[in-house]
Amino acid sequence: MTAASRPIRVLVAKPGLDGHDRGAKVVAAALRDAGMEVVYTGLHQTPEMIATAAVQEDVDVVGLSILSGAHMALFPRVRQMLDQMGRPDILITGGGIIPAEDMDQLQALGIGRLFGPGTPTAELISYIQSWASEHLEA
Amino acid sequence: MNFDPLIARLRAGNTAALARAISVVENERPGFERLLAEVHHSLGRARRIGITGPPGAGKSTLVERLVAAYRQAGQRVAVVAVDPTSPFTGGALLGDRIRMESVALDDGVYIRSMGSRGSVGGLATTTREVCDLLDAANFDRILVETVGVGQSELDVAGMTDSTVLVLVPESGDGIQTLKSGVIEVADLFVVNKADRPGAEQLRRDLEVTLGLRRRAGRQADAVLWKHPVLLTVATKGDGISELIAALDRHHAWLLESGTLQERRTRRLLHRTREVVDRATRRWVWEEARADQRIAERLEDISAGRVSPYEVAAEVLGGLKQGERT
Ligand SMILES: Nc1nc2c(ncn2[C@@H]2O[C@H](COP(=O)(O)OP(=O)(O)O)[C@@H](O)[C@H]2O)c(=O)[nH]1
Ligand SMILES: [Mg+2]
Repeated sequence: MTAASRPIRVLVAKPGLDGHDRGAKVVAAALRDAGMEVVYTGLHQTPEMIATAAVQEDVDVVGLSILSGAHMALFPRVRQMLDQMGRPDILITGGGIIPAEDMDQLQALGIGRLFGPGTPTAELISYIQSWASEHLEA
Repeated sequence: MNFDPLIARLRAGNTAALARAISVVENERPGFERLLAEVHHSLGRARRIGITGPPGAGKSTLVERLVAAYRQAGQRVAVVAVDPTSPFTGGALLGDRIRMESVALDDGVYIRSMGSRGSVGGLATTTREVCDLLDAANFDRILVETVGVGQSELDVAGMTDSTVLVLVPESGDGIQTLKSGVIEVADLFVVNKADRPGAEQLRRDLEVTLGLRRRAGRQADAVLWKHPVLLTVATKGDGISELIAALDRHHAWLLESGTLQERRTRRLLHRTREVVDRATRRWVWEEARADQRIAERLEDISAGRVSPYEVAAEVLGGLKQGERT
């Protein structure tokens, strides 16, 4: 009855020029089914569009699906823009075909855990949930 | 919590601050009503326009076009897009931004997606208060998109100055059922997807229905608003300038006839009742620790040792008596 808990808000986007957004849609639906409010912005999003939407929507988490190989450019760019817009607290996570050493390097740049293709969505969900319980006010 | 710094940043046009203030209200965080009280005296500038209709009718596409047109006229525009929350999981998929991409990077545009959360219809209980914050943040137009399900058309009409009902040619079959309720609250009708067959027919049917209603009308002729029925092709931008002009005419009529003042007063009455209602609920559920006490007695209720009525009386009996006048 009381407004004690609120849903985690997540922006799911597919940056870059590559292909379809089936994977991102599956992730968006899975996060919704896990009780999250998912703002889905679709294909071909530039880092600027992603950061602007994330700030306007006051999301807690940004999830990016990047299959184009441009992850080393895109993830840090979104991080940088969010920091500039006053939201260094937003978790950036996501997935794609990303070599382990790239993942380490991205983590050092303030990106959260990244998931390889075919990872069950349950893993992403529990990662976001445990991050939220540590970082968000109740 | 002291919201003064947040309010100052919001008024200064800081988007992150506005976005955070909206979350404070949406989540009904402690003190959110003080935040609203702070901004209340500076409201009333923005025109609030509701866009409602069945899923897939083209509401978001139409909103994007309206935003672009208002921007060309130099107005700052905010969009609130509400989508239903799953009653089972509490989650929601908010996808209206997909259709608003062309205006997404414009500094004079703010777009916010909301889940309907606890409320049954297509609107969240705090949507009208979110509009207050946008009004305080100096937007000239606030467009509220809601899916027309259940009572939500009525709800959106209760919180906006003008309500646009968006239909499509395929809605024609349902026009009989539309007559009850929905037609009464819409100020403007749009038949979108007019590139498809049947649009003209639906327009004629609507006009007949509206004409009959007008003839049986309860209002005096002088103040009667003649509901326009407009054809649009949102994907191409056809009919948008006519819609903008009709919205301007409606606003002028609202002012002249005194209806705007009447609607705003009615909203304020509703708002005041809502605040009292919310405070009452909070008082009962928190003060009486109602959830906890019900949980403690649940086994007894379930086993038939005590009835729900007796437990409710126990819970309420535990409340301190409020001051009575
Ligand atoms: N043929 C046609 N399709 C349209 C028109 N307006 C919108 N659509 C399409 O209808 C679908 C749903 O549009 P959307 O704006 O998301 O509808 P909403 O659910 O009411 O917000 C999209 O695929 C649009 O491209 C129109 O005027 N004509
Ligand atoms: Mg929509």
